[in-house]
Amino acid sequence: MTFKRPSKRKNDEPRKIEAEVGVIKKADGSARFKIGDTEALAAVYGPRELHPRFLQDPKKGILRCSYSMMPFSGDGSRVRPGPSRRSKEISLVSEKALIPVLDLSDYPNTVVDVFIELPQTDAGSRCAGICAASMALADAGLVMKDMVAAISVGMVRDTLVVDLDGDEEHLDDNEAADIPIAMIPSTKEITLLQMDGIVSKKNLKKAIELVIPVLADIAQAQRNALLNRYNR
Amino acid sequence: MNQEMKEHVKAALRSGVRLDGRKLEEFRPITIETGMISTAEGSARVKFGEAEVLAGLKMAVERPYPDQPDSGTLMVNAELLPMSSPEFESGPPSMDSIETSRVIDRGIRESKAMDTKVLCIEKGEKVWSMAVDVVPINYGGNLIDMGGLAAIAAIKSAFYPLLLEDGTVDYHQKTKQKVKMSAHPIPVTICKIGDLLFVDPTDEEEKAVEARLTVTSIDEDKICSLQKGGDSPLTVEDFEKMIDLALKKAKEIRKILDGVK
Amino acid sequence: MGELLAKEKEVVVPGQVLAKGMDFLPSHGTYRLGEEVIVNRLGVLSVEGKVLKTTPLAGRYIPKNDDIVIGKIFDILMSGWRLDIESAYSAMLPLKDASFDYIAKGSDLSKYFALDDYVVLKIVNVTSQNLVDVSAKGQGLRKLRGGRIIRVNSAKVPRIIGKKGSMVSLIKEATDCKIVVGQNGLVWLQGSPEMEVLAVKAIKMIEDLAHKQGLTQQVSDFLKGEKK
Repeated sequence: MTFKRPSKRKNDEPRKIEAEVGVIKKADGSARFKIGDTEALAAVYGPRELHPRFLQDPKKGILRCSYSMMPFSGDGSRVRPGPSRRSKEISLVSEKALIPVLDLSDYPNTVVDVFIELPQTDAGSRCAGICAASMALADAGLVMKDMVAAISVGMVRDTLVVDLDGDEEHLDDNEAADIPIAMIPSTKEITLLQMDGIVSKKNLKKAIELVIPVLADIAQAQRNALLNRYNR
Repeated sequence: MNQEMKEHVKAALRSGVRLDGRKLEEFRPITIETGMISTAEGSARVKFGEAEVLAGLKMAVERPYPDQPDSGTLMVNAELLPMSSPEFESGPPSMDSIETSRVIDRGIRESKAMDTKVLCIEKGEKVWSMAVDVVPINYGGNLIDMGGLAAIAAIKSAFYPLLLEDGTVDYHQKTKQKVKMSAHPIPVTICKIGDLLFVDPTDEEEKAVEARLTVTSIDEDKICSLQKGGDSPLTVEDFEKMIDLALKKAKEIRKILDGVK
Repeated sequence: MGELLAKEKEVVVPGQVLAKGMDFLPSHGTYRLGEEVIVNRLGVLSVEGKVLKTTPLAGRYIPKNDDIVIGKIFDILMSGWRLDIESAYSAMLPLKDASFDYIAKGSDLSKYFALDDYVVLKIVNVTSQNLVDVSAKGQGLRKLRGGRIIRVNSAKVPRIIGKKGSMVSLIKEATDCKIVVGQNGLVWLQGSPEMEVLAVKAIKMIEDLAHKQGLTQQVSDFLKGEKK
């Protein structure tokens, strides 16, 4: 029995992507990344002086990410404003996903703040947030060796599929396995990798193979968005 | 803003040409869009020029307060997102965000435009609670007027989600039942610098504002809430002029809102 | 032979492959990865022989000696003033560089520069520790009185100033405004309210179109058109 995706997408087909930069005027860099019904906004402020002093790194600037869902963005009831355990963890892994491409060695003792906000979500919000943040960092003119592209891949009813949507995540009492991945496309290095659900070793390897070309396409969409700001 | 620069803002106002070229009683171009947030029961994006806010309504089934067993609840909250301006900081809500939330909330609540009795599902057991959250995306001043308008537009655009027999809500299924409002309370804030009155301050102008009055009205004769802000006092004449101007402007804005679904 | 995949003056973005093969050499804003030269900073490409480099299109101001900047006082210390210069680091204005007058230790420093005052400054020293020293002594360096400040992307400042100041002179003449453009992206203007609005529009237009050709003519036409 082969699994047919509720959205009729092919197994390696992501949802429709919209990407643009320069959406938040007061920020040093900003971006919007929408994939299906999941939408992320990101704003970069900095590098700027970091206080208190003990947080500073005398060798390089630090990156500080803050991921937050807008109160009306969840697919259930209202999300209470303010940090939660979940949002703090996602902030942390997003930071780790972005640091490897950034070179902040020209800015010791400073901080680059990235605020990621989600107006609406339908699964895959941390990946959308990382995509938006990476575009915003590039838009801010920071030195970065590549974009960071992110998407989830998962196992739904024994079938590997790219970019799970809410319908797929919720099938059979949330039985699906979900693997968010972020990657530096030029080196194919993985900078975010999480999973929930059960997947065999063999399928896990296949999942990564399936997602690599999709991530290359996403990186291209991110770069095109940056070019569009200047070439229109 | 230092005193000499405040004087410069004042001089521009006195000449009738503001820093961005507008007249004193002129709003920035207003646009209202609704229904763009798929996860909200109602939503709106309001732009005043480049300034932009989003409002989203979420509904839930809750137990009523014991003293009002047949009334649902309505709450408006505003968050000053650090994303939207370098002047907003992470952390607990600032005084400004609390004031903004409360002024918008009071304007809607006291207008009685939303009949909370209609939100009762089962007396003493189950009622609908409605929460409207307002967030600036591009902060550009005048958040009370923008947020208040966005909140009303979001409620106006809302449909009830499906209530299942077990009393839970299926948020994925919206019904065709509209959330009804009997009126549209519109907040308009009149600002004062020296003896000059003007509307729709930018964030830069707000720094020079000496006094302000937010007037929320439901039509040309009914005012449902007031909030005086700023460090300087208002004279009775100021107050009368401000009310007149606010009602006139609210009428114009209400016309724009009437054109929105 | 190596192959060049982008053109001179083209906008290029991080991760974009500029050239294949070992003939091309990376420089500012580019790096080598294996056989390829790749962009690592949003910018405009320039090809100088075999050397590929980019001119940044965005980013916060990086202080350089002798730059004229506009700073805002945010702290008054015993030994001088601290200023925000729209950079990753704040600047220090020591007593001795603040005025040609002798300022006695312990005098009321806010008489010279108060909090929230904007000052035209020259960068005199940037240390390896990123301490930025500025001076307010010299031609054109002064406290800005009244007027207004707008913020532009510091990468676009050279276009706003123009060759030998030609662009900013064009705006000054057309609007009769006093204008000071700081290398750090703060611009101060003072003139009649209508003309200030026009000058701000012209400056924003240059900021938006800084990477395009034929800008001077476009700005000149705009100013003529608006004044009619």
